[in-house]
Amino acid sequence: MDFGLSEEQQLLQQTARDFLSAECGSDLLRQSLESEGGHPEALYRKMSQMGWTGILVPERYGGLGLGMLEAVLLASEGGRVALPGPFLSSSILATAAIERAGNVAQKKRWLPALAGGEALGSVAWLEEGGRLDAAGIGMRARKTRGGYVLDGTKLFVPYAQEADFLIVPARIGSGGGEAGITLFLVVVPSPLIIVEPLRTVDRTRRAYEVHLRGVEVPADAVLGEAGRGWAVLTRLLDLAATALAADGIGGSERVLEMATDYAKQRQQFGRPIASFQAIKHLAAEMVARIEPSRSLVWYAGHACDRRPREASRAASMAKARLSEVFSWCATTAVQIHGGIGFTWEHDIHVWFKRAKANELSFGDPAFHRDRSARFAGF
Amino acid sequence: MDLSLSDEEVAFQRRVRTWLRTNAPRRPRGAEVVEYGDPKRIEELKDWQRKLHRAGYLAMGWPRQLGGQAEAAGDRRELLMRQTIVNEEMVKARAPGVIGMMGIQMVGPTLMQFGSDAQKRRHLPRILTGEEIWCQGYSEPGAGSDLASLQTRAEIVGDFFVVNGQKVWTSNAQFADWMFCLVRTDPVAPKHKGISYLLIDMRAPGITVRPLVQMTGDRGFNEVFFDDVKVPRENLVGELNQGWAVANATLAHERNMLGSATRTQQMFQGLLHLGRTRQRNGRPAIEDPVVRDRLADLDISVEAMRLHAYRQLTDALHGRSPGIAASVNKLVSTELNHAIAALALEILGDHGTLDRRSKHVPDRGLWPYEFMFTLGMIIGGGTSQIQKNIISERGLGMPKG
Repeated sequence: MDFGLSEEQQLLQQTARDFLSAECGSDLLRQSLESEGGHPEALYRKMSQMGWTGILVPERYGGLGLGMLEAVLLASEGGRVALPGPFLSSSILATAAIERAGNVAQKKRWLPALAGGEALGSVAWLEEGGRLDAAGIGMRARKTRGGYVLDGTKLFVPYAQEADFLIVPARIGSGGGEAGITLFLVVVPSPLIIVEPLRTVDRTRRAYEVHLRGVEVPADAVLGEAGRGWAVLTRLLDLAATALAADGIGGSERVLEMATDYAKQRQQFGRPIASFQAIKHLAAEMVARIEPSRSLVWYAGHACDRRPREASRAASMAKARLSEVFSWCATTAVQIHGGIGFTWEHDIHVWFKRAKANELSFGDPAFHRDRSARFAGF
Repeated sequence: MDLSLSDEEVAFQRRVRTWLRTNAPRRPRGAEVVEYGDPKRIEELKDWQRKLHRAGYLAMGWPRQLGGQAEAAGDRRELLMRQTIVNEEMVKARAPGVIGMMGIQMVGPTLMQFGSDAQKRRHLPRILTGEEIWCQGYSEPGAGSDLASLQTRAEIVGDFFVVNGQKVWTSNAQFADWMFCLVRTDPVAPKHKGISYLLIDMRAPGITVRPLVQMTGDRGFNEVFFDDVKVPRENLVGELNQGWAVANATLAHERNMLGSATRTQQMFQGLLHLGRTRQRNGRPAIEDPVVRDRLADLDISVEAMRLHAYRQLTDALHGRSPGIAASVNKLVSTELNHAIAALALEILGDHGTLDRRSKHVPDRGLWPYEFMFTLGMIIGGGTSQIQKNIISERGLGMPKG
C-alpha cells in the first residue's frame, strides 16, 4: 500500500517547480499573452532539453518513457505558472495518440521529433456541434484509389497554426456511431487547409478554426485501424481530462498562495485583511477543496498508467471536480484581491480565465459527472 | 504508487473478515439509531470490545507491555497497516463501534506521553479491555469554541483538588467510569496557562450527571455538575497549569481516517440503493437527471475522501506529520456525510419527514436520523468554522483576528 510519489517523482516535481518558477514568470506570461502565436518557443526548447516534451515518448524513440502520473506532475506544475503553449495538445495528446495507435513508420517519423521539440502535433476533434461523443464526429472521409479525401471544418484546434501535423477524426462509411470513426494524421501546412485563429478569452492556450477543403491524404495517413478510431479518442479524452485536472490543482494552489500573500500584506481598518474571518474562511475553504482533490488527480494519472479499466471513471471524476475547484478558487482569489484583482495589470486574471477554459474544454463538469456515473454503473 | 495489499496483508484481511463473521454482533441497517439507549446494550458493547481486544484487533500499535502489540519502533508501520485493515473490515461488516474509543484514542496516548507510571499501570489495561469507559470533560456552557476560557475550578486543599463547576455536551457521561477533564487551577494566569488536566472518578461524591436530550430524541450527551468533588492530587496528568499543552499534544492523534472514509462510502452505497429503489415521477429516482447529477457529485467526493485517506495513511506509514490534515478531514468529511443524508431525504420526499417510530419509514428511520446526527458531527469536536480558523492560521499562517 503506497499512495504517494516515489523519490524520482518527487524529484521531477521539484525540478519542474524550480525550473518553471525561474523561467516562466510574469514577464514571459505577459509577452506570451500579447504575442501572435502564444507559443513561447525559447521556453519550450529548454523544456525539451529537460526531456519534458518527451515525457510520454518511449525511450527507444528518444523520450523519457514515463507515464501519465509523471505527466500529471508536470501538468500540475504547468498550472501553477499558467504555462502558455502547446504542452497539453502536443506533448500529451498528439504524442499519446501516435504512441498508442501509430505504426512503426509513424512513430519513427514523429515521436523523436515531438520529444526533441522539433515538431508539434495537435488534435482536431471538435466540430460545429461541440460534442465530445461519437455523434459529434460528422466530418466524412471519402475513399479514393490512393487514400482518402477529407472535407469539413474543425473547431477549437489547439495551436493549429504552429503544428506540423493534425490528428483529424473523420468518418468512413455511413452511420453516426462509434464504428467508422477513423483518425487521420494530416501533415500541415497544406494549401487546402485554411487555419484561422479563434479569439479566446484565455490567452495562455490558443485555438484555431481549421477548414479542410478536399484534402487528399494517402492510405498510410490513417492512424491506427480504419473505422476503429473511437477507442483512441476515448483514451485521449481520459488523458486530456486528467491533464486539465492536474493543471487545475497547480492553478488552484497558486491562486490560493497569491490570495493568501495579498491578504497578509493588504491593510484595511488598521490591520491585515487576512486577520478577518470572512477572508480566512474563504482561504481555508480553498484548502479544504484542494487537498482531497489532489488525490483524485494522482489517482487518475495512476489509473491511466496501471488500471485501464478504472481510467475513464477516475479521469472523469478528477476533471469534473477540478474544473469546479479551480474555477471556484480562482474566482475567490480575485474576490480576495478586491479592485486590484479586476485589473489587467494584476496577473490573477490569467488564472481566472484559464480556470474557466479548463472547466469548459474537453467536457464540462456535468458531462464528466455523467460519464463517471456511467462507469460507476448508474 | 501501488494501492494493493501485500500477500501477507491480504491473508490477514481474510482472517479478520472470517473472525468478524463469526464474532461480530449483527446489526441490521438502521440499528445504529439505538446505540446507547439502555444499560443492557452498554454491557453488550463492553463485551464486544473485550472480544476485540482478546483477538488482538484493538490498539495494536500500543506497546506490548501496555496491552498492545508493538515490540519495537520497527513494528509501527506494519501494525498501523494491520489496524487500518481491521478498522476497515469492521465498518464493512457493520460491526458495532468500540464503546471505549474515547479512552483508546484520547486518554491512552495522553497517559503514555505525560502520565506517571502509576497512572499508566492503573488505567491503560482497563481502557483497552473496556472495563472502564471514559468521557471527555472539556466543553462548558461558557466555553465551547473558546475552550481555553473554561471556568471549572480546581483548588488544591491538602492532598486533593477540590473541583467546582460544570461541563456540558459530555458524551457517554451517563455510563462512563472516568472523565479526563480540563480545569482551571490558576485563575489569574493568562487563560491558556492556568489549566490542568485531571482524571476524575465519575463515582466521586459531588458529581451529578444530567442527560441532555439531543434533537434526534436520544440521550447521548450530558451536563455534568461538580460540587466540591475531591480528586486525589496524583490524578493530575503532566505538570500543574500545563493542561492545555497536554490536551493539545494528543488532540489530533491517530484519527481513524480510513474507517471514517469507509463509513462514508457505506452511507453513499445506501444512498445509491435508495436512488434505485425509490420512485420519482414514476421511475427510479436515480434515473432523474438532476438526482443522478447530484449522486455523481457525491460519488466523486466520497472517492476523493477514500483516496485521500490512502494518502494520509501513506504519510503516516512513512512517519510524516499530518499537519492540518485532521482539520481538513473533519471539515470535509462531516459536511459530506450530512450532504449524503440530505440527498437521501430529498429522494424520500414525504417519507423523509417520518420519524423512526413510524411504520411507513424506510430503512428503520436511518436517513432522518443520519440527517440530524451528521449535523451534530459538523458542530461537535470543533465546528466547521473553528476548523477553518485552524486551517487558515496554522496551515496558511494567517494572523489571529
